[in-house]
Amino acid sequence: MAEYQTFEHDVLVIGAGGAGLRAAIEASAAGVNVGVVSKSLLGKAHTVMAEGGMAAAMGNVDDRDNWRVHFADTMRGGQYLNNPRMAEIHAKEAPARVRELEAWGALFDRTGDGRILQRNFGGHRYPRLAHVGDRTGLELIRTLQDHGIHQGIQFHMEMTIVTLLVNAGRVVGAFGYDRERGRYALFHAKAVVLATGGIGRAYKITSNSWEYTGDGHSLAYHAGATLLGMEFVQFHPTGMIWPPSVRGILVTEGVRGEGGILKNNQGKRFMFDDIPANYKSQTADNPEEGWRYTQGDKNARRPPELLTRDHVARCINREVKEGRGSPHGGVYLDIAWIKEKLPNAEEHIKRKLPSMYHQFKQLGDIDITKDAMEIGPTTHYVMGGIKVEAESQMTDVPGLFAAGECGVGLHGANRLGGNSLSDLIVFGKRAGEYAAQYAKDNTAASVDKAQVDEVAQKALEPFGRSGESPYQVQHDLQDLMQDLVGIVRRQEEMERALEGILKLKERARHVGVGGNREYNPGWHTSVDLNNLLTVSEAVTRAGLERKESRGAHFREDYPSKDETFGTFNLAIRKGPDGSMQVTHDPLVPMTEEQKQIIEEMK
Amino acid sequence: MANATFRIWRGDSSGGKYQDYTTEISEGMVVLDAVHHIQAEQANDLAVRWNCKAGKCGSCSAEINGMPKLMCMTRLNTLPLDQPITIQPMQTFPLIRDLVTDVSWNYKVKQGIRKLKPRKPDAPDGSWRMQQSDVDRPQEFRKCIECFLCQDVCHVLRDHHKHDEFIGPRFLIYTAQLEMNPIDADDRLGDLRREQGIGFCNITKCCTKVCPESITITDNAIIPLKERVVDQFFDPLGKLFRMFRSGS
Repeated sequence: MAEYQTFEHDVLVIGAGGAGLRAAIEASAAGVNVGVVSKSLLGKAHTVMAEGGMAAAMGNVDDRDNWRVHFADTMRGGQYLNNPRMAEIHAKEAPARVRELEAWGALFDRTGDGRILQRNFGGHRYPRLAHVGDRTGLELIRTLQDHGIHQGIQFHMEMTIVTLLVNAGRVVGAFGYDRERGRYALFHAKAVVLATGGIGRAYKITSNSWEYTGDGHSLAYHAGATLLGMEFVQFHPTGMIWPPSVRGILVTEGVRGEGGILKNNQGKRFMFDDIPANYKSQTADNPEEGWRYTQGDKNARRPPELLTRDHVARCINREVKEGRGSPHGGVYLDIAWIKEKLPNAEEHIKRKLPSMYHQFKQLGDIDITKDAMEIGPTTHYVMGGIKVEAESQMTDVPGLFAAGECGVGLHGANRLGGNSLSDLIVFGKRAGEYAAQYAKDNTAASVDKAQVDEVAQKALEPFGRSGESPYQVQHDLQDLMQDLVGIVRRQEEMERALEGILKLKERARHVGVGGNREYNPGWHTSVDLNNLLTVSEAVTRAGLERKESRGAHFREDYPSKDETFGTFNLAIRKGPDGSMQVTHDPLVPMTEEQKQIIEEMK
Repeated sequence: MANATFRIWRGDSSGGKYQDYTTEISEGMVVLDAVHHIQAEQANDLAVRWNCKAGKCGSCSAEINGMPKLMCMTRLNTLPLDQPITIQPMQTFPLIRDLVTDVSWNYKVKQGIRKLKPRKPDAPDGSWRMQQSDVDRPQEFRKCIECFLCQDVCHVLRDHHKHDEFIGPRFLIYTAQLEMNPIDADDRLGDLRREQGIGFCNITKCCTKVCPESITITDNAIIPLKERVVDQFFDPLGKLFRMFRSGS
């Protein structure tokens, strides 16, 4: 019989980033009892790292902007594999969600006439990103945290969920442990919201924090929910490269938004040589026009450095592969050059990009006001995730909701920068709202104690074994995914990856840890491994099945877009025999109005 | 390849000791990298809190050779490597294990500080108008990553253990940010003076010295708040002026 403490909540939110906190705030405002579980301390979720801003069509800097343009930009960026209903809701509701943050204490940068300032970003036709310096993620999470702590929400910090509990066809709670003491906890809840973020820790080079082990994706999958679009992993083009300890850490797109340019080792601005057909009419064809765009000239078109991330990442990858890269295997990102254009360039850069300046000075010994940065692609975001219904964010499992990066639908095959922070607040709010309603409409269901005992016992098995270190298995998985399921994919390599993953799964079953349950990171890693392996298998299987290139998924053996693949999402479900099944699920169709908007904005 | 020795505190609230670990070091490494190598290769159960590795989340606070610092932002080439580098947990909070401390007191304190009370919106769409110059100062305070290094180093908490009477530098800038928010309509000066113990701060400025975000805690937040408290409660002319203004 397992020993555990039991907590009763109406709504349990798993994850305390932007989406989780926004959901918890909305659910508690609806009057239900809310508990939030987070692996790290409150206020320190990965949201804290987001730099660029939150996209909302408020029209404060360019009044030509409105929800229709935002909707079209999001769909175009996603190569039309998005859920159009989610894209419409997001574009319409983001402005209200952003303004609400101000009422809760957020202090954004201002326009000359005192309104919230908005900046340019890749893939957005007009300056749309509300921001504060280059630390908008911190601003978001702190605002939600400072508002949320007065709402009567119970925060369970530094706790990890090991499994969701499902009984009689619906979710009834979750089971986990506290990291500090290693004691088990049973959460009995009427509705559960997953807001666990992404999967970056499955790769060697990533901008993601340690928490991003795909927990929500794996928990949902094993509970019977559907995953969609797992082949679409975004590799952000600009991550730090040198020294090795900082490899992967993000360099915000905002640097390019402020005029930063990309050069190869011949000093050439290579992005001008490769502008995709569907963006030609919106992209500058000379450096002068590109510069004017970044300085707010409404008649200028964006520089090619601000094309979508998948395209820029591939171009950088190509430059490096073909021998035109920088000394440590990347290309150059240069913002210092703007001193040719602005008299007070040094001060301007420090004011607009303070944490970039700080990050490079402290960790890389480089002064970005004087020298170029070496950057290269880094695993950054997963567009794919848990399938949800657009309005309510409920998954295929009754009572189970998902919001934020762990959900799917808004971003399609490629996410635009700035659309994640707004995703969190728009759909976090809806998930909380509908989870609260579900809790009000349904009585609590009972937990299967035998299931709990089984899980509790299994999780402790590594203590009894003198096996391989879980860190080694994790390390090998990260190398495998980095090499075989990265930016440029091939059939043979992904098949090898699949074989490799199955072998790693076997190794994971035999890992051993020393010490005891108290704050034991080795033990925690052995538990996280299962999630990492599940999502890695999902990404690889989906990557194999999509035999075309679209958005962030690029196949060297199928380098073009194939219209037949443009009509479905790849769905992943757990079969009755426990194996991972991949099917083609039709897209959510666009309405006539939505189709018209897309046409207008071409 | 060069090696370096790290003297790391191992133990919990019932006791412990420093243990030496030697590991390979390379160019550009930070202290947290070394701790990770040691954790992976020599001490699987070494308890350490970390998250972003880029100085943004405030999780990896520790005392390195006696100085409160973030482990992920402390480059090895800024430390003397010919002797062991001592890493101990923050001393001002109860120890959980090894390098992890119980910082929950900070979360309780924050809940006791009155939240933002916005005034009526300036525009029909429910938004406010603020100039950049109005928000520059509170924005500085909102850069805080809640690493709690300032709390750790403040002698009022660290040496005099006045956790029940003094909220510490982190929450003094939190209060300052609320008081200076252009749309706030509340008044926290009474709380600062009484329950929150602003009088205990004697402007030693150790907090400012350790802040990884370079927030000018004492000069820009604590001193202005002290001045406001003094104006409100101790200025006889001010009292007179307010009496007349409120119309007796």
